Amino acid sequence: MRKLANIFWLGIKELRSFSHDFVLLGLVIYAFSFAVTMQARSSAQELHNASIAIVDEDNSELSRRIAHAFLPPYFKPPRMIAEADIVPLMNAGVFTFVVDIPPHFQRDILGGRQPGLQIDVDATAMVQAGLGSGYAQQIITAEIAKFLSQAEGTKPLPVNLVVHIAFNPNVMTAWFTGVMGIINSVTMLAIILSGAAIVREREHGTMDHLLVMPLTPFEIAMSKVWANGLVITVAAGLSLYVVVKAILGIPIAGSIPLFMAGVVIYLFFATAIGIFIGTVARSMPQLGLLYMLIYMPMNMLSGSNTPLESMPHWLRIAVQVSPSTHFVSFAQAILYRGAGLGVVWPQFLATAVIGGLIFWLALRRFRSVAAQVT
Amino acid sequence: MIRRAGVAARVGDGGPAARLRNVGLRYGKVVALDAVTLDLPAGCMVGLIGPDGVGKSSVLSLVAGSRRIQSGTVQVLGGDMADAGYRADACPRIAYMPQGLGKNLYPDLSVTENIAFFSRLFGQSASERAWRTAELLKATGLTPFADRPANKLSGGMRQKLGLCCSLIHDPDLLILDEPTTGVDPLSRRQFWELIDVMRSRRPGMSLVVATAYMEEAERFDWLVAMNDGRVLAAGSPSDLKASTGGATVEDAFIALLPAAERAGHKAIQIPPWRDTGGQPVIVANDITCRFGDFTAVDKVSFTIGRGEIFGFLGSNGCGKTTTMKMLTGLLRATEGTALLFGKPLDSTDMAVRSRVGYMSQSFSLYTELTVKQNLTLHAHLYHLPPDKAHARIAYLVSRFGLADYLSKRALDLPLGIRQRLSLAVAIVHEPELLILDEPTSGVDPLARDRFWELLIELSRDQDVTIFVSTHFMNEAERCDRISLMDSGHVLATDTPASLIRARDAACLEDAFISFLEEASGPRAAPAAAALAHADQPQRQGRSWFSPRRLFAYTIRETLELLRDPIRMSFGLFGTAMLMLVFGFGISTDVENLSFAVLDRDQTPESRAYLEELRGSTYFTEESPLIDYGDLEKRLTNGDITAAIEIPPGFGRDIARGRPVSVSATVDGAMPFRAQTIRGYLQGIHLLYLTDPAVRTTVPAPPPPADIAVRFKYNQDFESIYAMVPTTIPLMLALFPAILTALAVVREKELGSITNLYVTPVTRMEFLLGKQLPYIGVAMINFAVMCLMAVFVFGVPLKGSFPVLLLGALIYVTTTTAYGMLISAFTTTQIAALFGTAILTVLPAVQFSGMMTPVASLAGAARLMGRAFPMSYFVPISIGTFTKGLGFADLAPDLGALALFVPVLLLLNRLLLRKQAR
Repeated sequence: MRKLANIFWLGIKELRSFSHDFVLLGLVIYAFSFAVTMQARSSAQELHNASIAIVDEDNSELSRRIAHAFLPPYFKPPRMIAEADIVPLMNAGVFTFVVDIPPHFQRDILGGRQPGLQIDVDATAMVQAGLGSGYAQQIITAEIAKFLSQAEGTKPLPVNLVVHIAFNPNVMTAWFTGVMGIINSVTMLAIILSGAAIVREREHGTMDHLLVMPLTPFEIAMSKVWANGLVITVAAGLSLYVVVKAILGIPIAGSIPLFMAGVVIYLFFATAIGIFIGTVARSMPQLGLLYMLIYMPMNMLSGSNTPLESMPHWLRIAVQVSPSTHFVSFAQAILYRGAGLGVVWPQFLATAVIGGLIFWLALRRFRSVAAQVT
Repeated sequence: MIRRAGVAARVGDGGPAARLRNVGLRYGKVVALDAVTLDLPAGCMVGLIGPDGVGKSSVLSLVAGSRRIQSGTVQVLGGDMADAGYRADACPRIAYMPQGLGKNLYPDLSVTENIAFFSRLFGQSASERAWRTAELLKATGLTPFADRPANKLSGGMRQKLGLCCSLIHDPDLLILDEPTTGVDPLSRRQFWELIDVMRSRRPGMSLVVATAYMEEAERFDWLVAMNDGRVLAAGSPSDLKASTGGATVEDAFIALLPAAERAGHKAIQIPPWRDTGGQPVIVANDITCRFGDFTAVDKVSFTIGRGEIFGFLGSNGCGKTTTMKMLTGLLRATEGTALLFGKPLDSTDMAVRSRVGYMSQSFSLYTELTVKQNLTLHAHLYHLPPDKAHARIAYLVSRFGLADYLSKRALDLPLGIRQRLSLAVAIVHEPELLILDEPTSGVDPLARDRFWELLIELSRDQDVTIFVSTHFMNEAERCDRISLMDSGHVLATDTPASLIRARDAACLEDAFISFLEEASGPRAAPAAAALAHADQPQRQGRSWFSPRRLFAYTIRETLELLRDPIRMSFGLFGTAMLMLVFGFGISTDVENLSFAVLDRDQTPESRAYLEELRGSTYFTEESPLIDYGDLEKRLTNGDITAAIEIPPGFGRDIARGRPVSVSATVDGAMPFRAQTIRGYLQGIHLLYLTDPAVRTTVPAPPPPADIAVRFKYNQDFESIYAMVPTTIPLMLALFPAILTALAVVREKELGSITNLYVTPVTRMEFLLGKQLPYIGVAMINFAVMCLMAVFVFGVPLKGSFPVLLLGALIYVTTTTAYGMLISAFTTTQIAALFGTAILTVLPAVQFSGMMTPVASLAGAARLMGRAFPMSYFVPISIGTFTKGLGFADLAPDLGALALFVPVLLLLNRLLLRKQAR
């Protein structure tokens, strides 16, 4: 009971301090509004405005049709260039795609001579090249088929493939990047807020003060976990409802309360990490540097940016140690696929266990804090 | 006055050293100086006296030219300090040692390195530097410590080092801001003797000194008494005493204060302490504390009785705080035992903690909370019952005079009130023992007396034991018993009167000095005779650019970086670590995709279709699906990323030539992955249609055209060949910018930026000098990352290495300059860090061709990309690594990149101020 009261009152103090720290307040607001919308509206993971050029050596009806088939938003309006310019322009990165239509292309098509057509792709622009080369092929195939079907009838293919995309039929990347923006912000702020709360107490000398009062390190650490966790939970919830659902208009399939429960478990871990590096760092700048070295890999490798499937096998195993990987995994399951607790409990459990371990480590370091302040 | 004539004017030709007319200064809403008009006489020692925060430092910084003049005129050495040209001419004749021990020194640099830095700033040659340094070290007795870092020096030594750095260029005007605060009395005495020696050596030198110690002021030639931003009086000490009728300068000063502030002030009366016997409250037996090989406290023993006021007297860093921390349980004693209330010290014993109150240095309060919130928080944490807490807080508020401040934040309180609040907070729970670590530093004499009245009341009326540390002699005299401490040792413990008697001294200060001298052995008197060189100030005319001054900053920055393990390892290995993470982690090659099939047909035809899929290296098959419910469930669980459903009658319809459809369902949770999977499936489907090995299918007609996709530069289309060359520009944008921004803001935060304000170094020299080491660090990073690219990731360098190297060099010059640009807008290191991170990562990741080619950007995004240097280096890095390009192809990018250098440098030069605001 005394313990709970201490944790409660220390946490209240934490909230009061936070509400006066305008830099951190600003950071929270930025991270859950502007940063989320920006990430949602970025088109880094889709084919958008790809630059394309056409070398038309045929100058026929068909070649013109092909040129006109490349349309926004996937492609920019194609530019006509000479064959000799292909190499220098692609070297300079002006075009990601160049379609080279050879002479007599239309005549050979009509003659059934199966002429070749080449698409040069700048394979250093990975996302656009990967998605765009398939699109470009399909567009050209479809144009040729349309052209031929006017000239003569075509036979239907014996087997067709119909691909449905579940949970996100129109493959909107904003659905993904918007929510992942919230997840990244949760990790970032949990570490910064709790770490800064520790370093601030140390820089102001109030940590000594707490440690000579009848308070245990557990109570001090717990108060920071709940207070900072509360701030972030509220901000993340608001961001999900207001920014993601209302402003960005992204539908959420699953249960938001279940997701928020997961956020709370995850925050236990993330604030514990913050407390831990807060006890290691001796000043705010050191905290910042340590933060970057911990946050960047945790975030980049969590699956919220690129799929886990694309990592080497050993790395996929290794990142299972990081709760942010589990966080991303259950967030996707709940929010997109509408999964319930029956599905995500292993991730919840893993997050809680690793969080507990980190919290225990942070507590162990806590006492040594006093010795470092001079 | 004509500028050149001003420079020629020597001190002693009649005019005052400094003349202030109607000078006003505000910091935001706070008035620091209010129409100050003052002449500081030349050729003598002028003292500015008054408590903290009355404007002494403001006057000195204006005279030194370190702060911009807001209103009024300041003339120093006969010229107008508002004129930047005159300041540049005059600064070699002025030396300024700001407040705070060694605030303009660099803690990680050794004694000689610090002196050398200042010597270079004044453009001295190596030979001149050598003899001047040797001479100053000898005169100050620092020669044996020449290689010791400044942060390992005692307060007294640090102060002498500060003096060396100030005197390296033989100034005509020496300005010292509280040079002796927090230093032990022996070092203080030595310091003033040293000053006397220096003055006898250069008789014409003018000195202006601010001090909070009134005793010291007695020895000055001329005094200026200040209070609340105004000059109370000025004149020689004897004049001041005569006109006020005070016996000492302190008395005279108190007499000069406005009547309202003096009200209620009376000499402190201390009823004698009666030892009631019984158990001592604290017994310390040979307690020792070591940090590594440094012994902070060495075998300290003492006993404190109930109700006693026990004092620790000693300089900063002598071990007072460490001893107190051991007794509060914050630190574990390396050796020795301590009893608290008769029981061995146990830091986990909560019951004991409730009996102790503690007030640490710098009044540890929650400055964001109000007075009332601070008090109630502590009442809650000590679990006072609500009614009792209410009464206790009401009592403390009235007794400590806090009623007027209840709803004010602690941050906004005057220092004296904050100190009282801090004490009130420490005794909310009515502790039996109160441990106070330098509770009065920085507070004016009147507030100090009021504070002591409270302490005496607690001790004498409420029987609270008080253990207090201080570096003020007159406070120590009020204690029942004191321990004199020096460098971790207790020199003596007794009542102040007995200590004075034991040494046959006139006062406690003399007694302390006598004990110190005994401990440190006979000391060498500062030897004026040792100065061999005649003083020939060799001042060259003002120069616009001096490589020596520039390198002063480069050398200093490099040394500091080499000695800060966290920044250094972050700078060197941070990039390598993140390169590993990015290189392995960020990939757009989607592989190892799991799929499962729902084959409702189970004929050779359906198996033939699935065979095509199973042969693909992209997919791995999971156990087959039972029904449609199973399909949905496993997609939801994330067990599989794709499900293939073959309808019943698939084989039969194919045989009959009726079109059939295979249905694939792809997990769309990750749109990029879903799109890629769709692309793979369509590709495999096409393969199936044209596969001559598949006999079960009616062969489709050959496609009308042979569309060949040629992946240029990266035939296997592996993202590592694109990812690694773009990671290098990203890392070189982020890390050098952060390190450089921190380096500049660090000087602002720690106060050493003053050296830019008051020495001849120009802004361009300062900027370039600080930038150079970080360009070096960035180039090391570049080399490490190139090696990693080739040997760890196996990404060969196909193009021209010299072009890549040249591009990298120009690029890191721009990114370090970009960091400097951000530092111009930030004042704290943490703001610089996050500001730089956000302002770099955003344009770097979104607009510089990392994920989306710059050619695909439009509008504002394109402009932002084009205005950020990284968008020109990404093509160079990818061009040389993967596209195999050379100079001719990349010349436009190199040229554009090079244009950033002068633009950013000029911008930085314009934004950097040569004076504080």
